[in-house]
Amino acid sequence: MLVLKILIRNAFRNKLRAGLTVLGIAIAILAFGLLRTVISAWYAGVEASSATRLVTRNSVSLIFPLPLSYRDKILQINHVKTVSYGSWFGGVYIDEKNFFPNFAVEPKSFLELYPEFILPSNEKEAFLNDRKGCVVGRKLTNKYGWRIGDIITLKGTIFLGEWDFVLRGVYRGRDQDTDESQFIFHWDYLNETMKKTASSWTDRVGYYMIGVTRPELAADVATAVDQNFKNSLAETLTETEKAFQQGFIAMSGAIVMTIQIVSFVVIIIIMAVVANTMAMTTRERIGEYAILKTLGFGGKHIICLIFGESLVITIMGCLLGMALTFPVAKAFSNALGTYFPVFNVETKTLFFDLAAALAVALMAAIIPTHRAIKIRIADGLRRIG
Amino acid sequence: MGIPLAYNFRNLWTRRLTTFLTVSGMALVVFVFASILMLAEGLQKTLVETGSYDNVVFLRKGSASEVVSGVERRQASILETLPEIAIGPRGQRLLSKELVVLIALPKQGSDKLSNVVLRGIEENSLLLRPQVRLVEGRLPRMGSTEVIAGDSIVRRFKGIGINETLCCGMRNWKIVGIFDAGNTGFSSEIWGDVDQFMQAFRRSAYSSVVFKLRDSSEFQNVKSRIESDPRLTVEAKRETRYYADQSEMMAKFLRILGLALTIIFSIGAMIGAMITMDSAVANRTAEIGTLRALGFQRRDILIAFLMESLLLGFLGGLAGLFFASFMQFLTISTMNFQTFSELAFSFSLNVEIIYKGMGFALVMGFVGGVLPAIRASRMMIVDALRAG
Repeated sequence: MLVLKILIRNAFRNKLRAGLTVLGIAIAILAFGLLRTVISAWYAGVEASSATRLVTRNSVSLIFPLPLSYRDKILQINHVKTVSYGSWFGGVYIDEKNFFPNFAVEPKSFLELYPEFILPSNEKEAFLNDRKGCVVGRKLTNKYGWRIGDIITLKGTIFLGEWDFVLRGVYRGRDQDTDESQFIFHWDYLNETMKKTASSWTDRVGYYMIGVTRPELAADVATAVDQNFKNSLAETLTETEKAFQQGFIAMSGAIVMTIQIVSFVVIIIIMAVVANTMAMTTRERIGEYAILKTLGFGGKHIICLIFGESLVITIMGCLLGMALTFPVAKAFSNALGTYFPVFNVETKTLFFDLAAALAVALMAAIIPTHRAIKIRIADGLRRIG
Repeated sequence: MGIPLAYNFRNLWTRRLTTFLTVSGMALVVFVFASILMLAEGLQKTLVETGSYDNVVFLRKGSASEVVSGVERRQASILETLPEIAIGPRGQRLLSKELVVLIALPKQGSDKLSNVVLRGIEENSLLLRPQVRLVEGRLPRMGSTEVIAGDSIVRRFKGIGINETLCCGMRNWKIVGIFDAGNTGFSSEIWGDVDQFMQAFRRSAYSSVVFKLRDSSEFQNVKSRIESDPRLTVEAKRETRYYADQSEMMAKFLRILGLALTIIFSIGAMIGAMITMDSAVANRTAEIGTLRALGFQRRDILIAFLMESLLLGFLGGLAGLFFASFMQFLTISTMNFQTFSELAFSFSLNVEIIYKGMGFALVMGFVGGVLPAIRASRMMIVDALRAG
């Protein structure tokens, strides 16, 4: 206990410097935590996806559709439980800034396949019975102030025109990482409208979602599906939902990589700041260390003192930074909700924070400690300032 | 007479370790700041250089990019009869009807699929894009299943190279040439005959129609006439504008990210500078007293310490920019959210970024040094002398 008291007294002997250093560390830890959270938000889609679901799309690329007739063929394949399908609608609400994902899906099988979208049974029934109906996530209704029964108009960018939808239900996410900002509506509404205006676009779906009976059969089913449509007009590519989502992230991998690198750079910067503080502290106290040595304390004690002081300062900064992370992340997620629908600080991030702080404390104390124990008693006592 | 600058240099040299640590902290901040500006600049430069000012692009109304656009054959032939189209060397009209589709190809190394733009071209397309230069092989023969690939694609994707075949749309496409389009988005594309592509991918409509203006000033005329024509559902944009729009979202994202990071980082670096300068002042109390006793004014002391802090900032800025300039050799390839396809671009340094980075470093030095410098200049001579 006595040692701890000495360490804290030592650390705050120069209050301004110690205070500034603690503040610097808190900011760095805050930045580090936020960057880590951004990365985990990027991967939220992967985390939320299930291993029992497969996604089938056109093998050429996602922009090419698949015929609706594939649905029945896929259903015939062994171990396939449910098949649902949908299309990326790409509609815009009022202005392009109000971005949220919107899909046309086959509603019944979709809700069956996605149990994490929790919809009250009366709303579910109302949605299924209304072809112009739509269901949106809780976050979206909060953001735009929609209420059940409202008419929402989206402007199509792929499927031209103004599309009216009636809000029939609001879903909540079962898990913390479920995206609560999606907009889904009846695929039939899209298809029937296209029959009137652009007949070449009818009876084509963007992708199929397949539920398999047992997760370990997913790979076999995926191969079987692709085998089935080999050498056809629209060859398919089937993968698990996880792999599908990961593919998206891989495409923007350079950005994730940059953020990752930057999050380490911030730690290095703060390491320089703390090392600087420690270097100055030890330089000032070289005389004291000489006295300690004269009294018979060995190098070990001095190492303990310097490393301990460095640890005291960094851990205080780290705790402050961790405490700040939560309110700032909250503000962040309000501001950037359109980019990152799921933005939660993970426990893992906090452990990373702590590890980073420890690394900083140890690295920063190495050179000053080396200097302090290397100096000879006589030199240390002689030196002034 | 002021305190000579040499005094500051020697002070910094005496506290080498501290100086080094402070400067490296600042250098890292400037490095990150400059790199992100360079990245956004490189992205915009790539996309802006892709377009030519005199070229006009027609897309379906309401579509932001060629990928979701569609111009039917009937409408394309109406556009073909416009009088404002420039005439080429052999008397042909400089207009081309193009198709853009995305295909997923495996990347080199990771084998991950990424979207690549496949552009169906006509012979005129090459005349409209003078940036495109063939570096190897030959041009594809029109009416055959031959394609040419951009050099960025050749470098980044697996199985793309001269005499290789590409299989998609139930056909085999032979790569007969490699083209270099400099620092433009075309370098990340694969080109082949538009009619072949339309057949293979079962598209009945073109994606876009591009033509070169006879006279650059006629753009407004063409635009208003085309967009009020009841037979057409297209909108006209200058090609430069079209590509600039496509980089907007990404560039904005990079800028916001860069700004947020830089602000946070600079707070850290300023704290570092402040700690350094504060201890420099505290350690030298007796020295300051002596200087004052020798007859130097309060102002001289203030300026001397500010100079020292600015010097720290200057060194940090210099080091940061030095290392950032090496980033120019790097090329980044990522998905552009707006076109949903792969785009390669590199970091690009210009004078403005150098000024910004250096200015930023000096500001950090100044902010870090100003409080300690004021403290130093306010010391009483007697107290300061006694402190030693």
